[in-house]
Amino acid sequence: MAKKLEQFTGSGTFPKGIHPPERKHFSADAPIEVVPTPKEVLLPLQQNIGAPSKPLVKPKQEVEYGDLIADNEEAPISAKIHSPIFGVVQKMAVTTLPNGRHMQAIRIKAAGRQFTDEENYRELMGGKWPKSVVGYDPDEVTRAIHDAGIVGLGGAAFPTHVKIAPISLRVDTLLVNGCECEPYLTADDRVMRDIPDTIISGALLSRFAMGLKDIIVGIEENKPRAIEAIRKSAAGTDIKIAVLKTKYPQGSEKHLIKAVLNRVVPLGGLPADAGVAVSNVTTISAVARAVFRGMPLTHRVVCVTGGGVVQPKNLLVPIGISYRELIEFCGGFTKDAARILSGGPMMGFSFSDLDMPLTKGTGGVTVLTHDDIKKQKETACIRCGRCVDVCPMNLVPARLGLASRHGDLAMAEKYRIRGCVECGCCAYACPANIPLVQLIRMGKAQIAAKR
Amino acid sequence: MSETTSEKQSANDATRDVPVIQVGHSPHIANVSFTSRRMMIDVLIALLPVAAMSIYIFQLYAVKQMAICLAACLLTEAVFVKMRNHSFSLTDCSAAVTAVILGLSLPATAPWYVGVIASVVAIGIGKVIFGGIGMNLFNPAMVGRAFVMIAFAGVMAASGYESMHTGIDAITQATPLNAFKQMGISTSLKDLFFGFTNGSLGETSALACLIGGAYLCIRRTASWEIPAGLIAVVLIMGGLADIMGNASDWTVIHHLFSGSLLFGAFFIATDPVSSPITAKGKFIFGAGIGFFIMILRFFSGYPEGVMFAVLLMNAVTPLINRWTIPKVMGE
Repeated sequence: MAKKLEQFTGSGTFPKGIHPPERKHFSADAPIEVVPTPKEVLLPLQQNIGAPSKPLVKPKQEVEYGDLIADNEEAPISAKIHSPIFGVVQKMAVTTLPNGRHMQAIRIKAAGRQFTDEENYRELMGGKWPKSVVGYDPDEVTRAIHDAGIVGLGGAAFPTHVKIAPISLRVDTLLVNGCECEPYLTADDRVMRDIPDTIISGALLSRFAMGLKDIIVGIEENKPRAIEAIRKSAAGTDIKIAVLKTKYPQGSEKHLIKAVLNRVVPLGGLPADAGVAVSNVTTISAVARAVFRGMPLTHRVVCVTGGGVVQPKNLLVPIGISYRELIEFCGGFTKDAARILSGGPMMGFSFSDLDMPLTKGTGGVTVLTHDDIKKQKETACIRCGRCVDVCPMNLVPARLGLASRHGDLAMAEKYRIRGCVECGCCAYACPANIPLVQLIRMGKAQIAAKR
Repeated sequence: MSETTSEKQSANDATRDVPVIQVGHSPHIANVSFTSRRMMIDVLIALLPVAAMSIYIFQLYAVKQMAICLAACLLTEAVFVKMRNHSFSLTDCSAAVTAVILGLSLPATAPWYVGVIASVVAIGIGKVIFGGIGMNLFNPAMVGRAFVMIAFAGVMAASGYESMHTGIDAITQATPLNAFKQMGISTSLKDLFFGFTNGSLGETSALACLIGGAYLCIRRTASWEIPAGLIAVVLIMGGLADIMGNASDWTVIHHLFSGSLLFGAFFIATDPVSSPITAKGKFIFGAGIGFFIMILRFFSGYPEGVMFAVLLMNAVTPLINRWTIPKVMGE
C-alpha cells in the first residue's frame, strides 16, 4: 500500500472495496453508433439534482432541434432542457423514472426533416476540437455550460454550471473521472476511446473557467485502450493521466480523490473541501461541445449491455428516447432476460416499464439474466465481518442494517449511517444475503422523516 | 422487509419471447460462491486433517466420540428449533460444526453420556435459547464442554484422560501439559508437533491444526486476525517467561504446540458469531484469549486454559465491538 503512484501523491487505489466480475466484454468492443431519430421523445421536467424546470412551450407548438423547451430562472440549481429533434409539442404527459420519481414531462412528436445519423455524428462528435482556450473568458464558458443545460452525466446529474464556475474556494485540481468502475458499463470507456479530443478540450476549458492549476484524468487499468487514446490526445498539454487499480467503487469521487491525491473529503463535505473538483469524462466532453459548437445537451452516449440483450452496443442517443427503442435497436431481449437496469448492477435501478424515457444522467442500460440474479435466501447474520472488510467508507454495515431494521435510529446515527454512499459492496459480499443497502436506505429515510 | 423482488409480467411486444422481468433493489449481483453455509462447510473441510489425525491416534474412541456428538447435536437442534416454532433446517451445517468441534475437544475415554449431555447443553442452552445461529453470546461448543467439565470433573479433569485399560499407547500416558505440571516431565517437540501424545481428541497434533487453520484463513472463512493476535501474545508472554524464568525444559514453543492452543486459535476462537466484527476488534479478542491462556497455564490449578479463555473473551465481545467502531472515511 505504501507504493506511490508515479507523479501523484495518492497510492493509485483506496482501502477496502470489492472485485466484482467486470463483464465489460459484452459491449467494450462496439464503437459508438448513432441511433436514428425516434418518432417521439419524452422529456421529464426534472433530470437533475435541484429544482425542476418549467415548460416554455405549449402543445401543438413546433420546435426545432436544440430549442430551449423548459427552464427555471429563479432556481440557481436547475438545468435547462432542449429538444433533441425537430417536431411538434404534444399534450403534457406524466412519467415515472426508474428511480421511482414521478413527474411531468414534455412529449415531442418528430415532424419534418431530421438530421441523418452522419450529420448527428459529425455535429456532436466529429471534426477538430481545439486544445486552446484563447479568445474565451471564464464567464463565457460557464454561461455556455448553463445555456446547454449540462448536468453531471456520471449519474448524479448535478447541474454542471454550478460546479464549473469561477470559484473562490481553495480548489486547485480538476479530476476528470474516467474510472467507470460499475461492472458491465462501457459508455465512458468508449467516449475516451472514440472521441478523446472532446475530453481534453473540455477539460482545458473547465480548468480555465474555474481558474485551477492541474488537470488529472483518472482511469482504471482495465481500460488500456482508453488510457492510450487519452494519453495520445493529451500530448502537448500539461494534463496528467493517473492509471488506477481496478477496484469497485474506484469511480466514487471520494475514493478517486483518495486514490489519486491521497486527500480525504470530510464526512458530509464536498470534493471542494478537499481542494478538488471532480467531473465525469462524458460531462467534460459535453462541455467542449457546448462551448466550441454552441450545442446544448440533447444527446448522450449510452451503453446497452448484459447477457439479456441480443446485441450489446454503445449508442449516441437523443435524451428522452424510450428504453424500448434502445433495447429494440440492440436486437431485443434474449429469452433469459430477467432484470432491466437503468445503470449498472451495483447501483442501478431496476424497472419494468419500457416506455420510460432515458434521462440525462443515465449512461447505461444493463439487462441481467436469470443466472446473474440467482438470489439465495436471506439467513441470519453470523457477524462474520465481511461487510466491514469491504466497506470503502469504513462503516459497520451489519450494525447499520440491524439498527435500521429495528428502527433504532440512535444506534444508526452512532454508527454514522449518513456516511453510507450505498455502493453495495456490503450486500455483494454478505454471506447471509442480507439486503444491507436496502435496510440502510430505509434507516436514512426514517431519520430524514423524523427531522 | 426482506425480499422486495416481485415478478412482473411485461407483456411488451419488444420482448419477443416475453421473458419474465423482475424488479429488485441494488446491488443486483452478489458473491454467491461465499455463503454462510459454505463457511460452515469450509470449517468441516478444515477439520478433516484434525479428525483424521485423532482417528489415527485414538482409533475407535475418536470415531465414537464424534458420532455421539454429531447425533446428539443434530437431534437437539431439531428438537429445540421445533419447540421455538422456528422453521429453519439443519442444512446450514452450523450444528454439525459445533458437534465436531465439541467431539474433538473431549477426552478419548469419556463415557457416552458425557458427549450427549455436552451436546444438549451446547446446542440447546449455548445456542438455541439465545435465539439460534447468529445470536449466541458464547461459543456453543465451549459452553457444552464447560458444563460437563464441571459436572463430570472426574472424567474431564487431567487425570480423566489417562486410562490403563486400553490397547492404545497414547491414552496410557498423562497429557503433556499435565505431565509437566505435576511431574515436571517435558514432552519432545516432535511428538507435540505431529501429535503422538495424549489429550483431547483434536488437540494433539499441531501440524493438523496448522494445515486446517491455514485453509480457513486463506479462504477468509476464519479471520486471520484472531489466531494472529492469540499466537503473538502467547509468544510474547511465553518468551518473557523463558527469559526471566528458571531454565525450564518447557519453552514457549512447547506452550504453542501443546494442549488445545492451536486447535483453539484456529477452530474455536474464530467462531464468527461470538467474536468481534471489526478487524481491530478481532485482533484484540485473539490477544485477550492468548493472555488468559497463559495466565491460566502459569498460575491456575488447571493445566490448560483455552476453554475458559475463550468463554471469558466471548463475554467481552460486545464491549470490544463498542470500543472498536471504526472511524468513517472523512471523519
